Amino acid sequence: MKIAVLSGKGGTGKTLVSVNLAAVSGAADYIDCDVEEPNGHLFFKPQKLFAESVKLKIPVVDYAVCTGCRECVEFCKFNALAYIKKLIIFDKVCHSCGGCVRLCKYKALREQDKIIGNIEVGKADNVTVYTGILNVGEASGVPIIRRLLSLADDCCDTFIDCPPGSACAVMESIKDADYCALVAEPTVFGLHNLQMVIELVKLFEKPHGVILNKCAGSPNPSEQYCIDNNIAVLGKINYDNELGAINSNGEIAVNAREKYKTLFLSLLNTIKEAQK
Amino acid sequence: MKIAIPVDVNSIDTTVCISFGRAPYFMIFDTEKGNSVFLDNSAAASSGGAGIKAAQLVVDNGAEVLITPRCGENAAAVLFAANIKLYKSTDAVAKANIDLYLISKLPILNEIHAGFHNHGNN
Repeated sequence: MKIAVLSGKGGTGKTLVSVNLAAVSGAADYIDCDVEEPNGHLFFKPQKLFAESVKLKIPVVDYAVCTGCRECVEFCKFNALAYIKKLIIFDKVCHSCGGCVRLCKYKALREQDKIIGNIEVGKADNVTVYTGILNVGEASGVPIIRRLLSLADDCCDTFIDCPPGSACAVMESIKDADYCALVAEPTVFGLHNLQMVIELVKLFEKPHGVILNKCAGSPNPSEQYCIDNNIAVLGKINYDNELGAINSNGEIAVNAREKYKTLFLSLLNTIKEAQK
Repeated sequence: MKIAIPVDVNSIDTTVCISFGRAPYFMIFDTEKGNSVFLDNSAAASSGGAGIKAAQLVVDNGAEVLITPRCGENAAAVLFAANIKLYKSTDAVAKANIDLYLISKLPILNEIHAGFHNHGNN
């Protein structure tokens, strides 16, 4: 079963939830798709198994062959090409579709590898930890996420720690998920961001439920929204200094205290029941 | 000489558009003829790379000067390759900026921003 953990904003507790769910579930794959700032590995401290770089194909032009017909410029729907006295290629705008290279009847374009980041795979007890790292300055982590998700095997439960938000990188992360767990904060701002990801998972027709994090006993707009709209609440995590301290020290809560093990085991069971 | 300005509507009293790449129109003022024409900006609806395509359009239409409130780095790369001079608009009305340019009262556009890609949506 593939469980994606997502939220409309950063800092709601996606990593807390996905790391602890993976740690409590016995054999599991934990996949850190937050490739702009992966931090799940800080908790697992995995023993490195292997690493690989992620490459994209970017066009390069042979100026001696290019006639300046500009067919490739007109063709590129991402506008990654311009022609001012000679062809200008914008690597970071290019989506590596390869269209321009195939289109050029003069064979003035060819593809060249460009490294945009890397993947590290390691083992921590029963959890295989997959970490994607996008190089600083690169425009899109989607190719790294795609590669990460293709590496994980189907033999055990997979926990996908998504990037924040509801844009392309999140869509790529949840695409093949069997279930989406949405982590939400008990604030008006938290609710706004929750609504964004609810819209997304509905669009993708994913079964989903909400984990209410940082519950403080005061009115919870996110909880009220779930009640009013008949959205499953998978569980609540209280605002808790001890949990915060364990997390800040880079410890995995379910390994540190029995009560958190109970909490996340119950959460995991609720998710598995909900998915059936 | 032709001067390009990103504008909101295709009439002579138009305001300057706050976006270069996604402006609905470009006003092209011809200093020799003293008149303006309006170009539909085909880049405005692009899913990405609007600045690049808009800059190509401005270059292809023979502008030598661009007056704009701001300009992203990709568009600037295209404009600089074509030796287009960039000036910063200081008046909300497009035509007023042309008048200011003609009496050398417009500042050169120095700051090139890194773009609004992904518009904070991550």
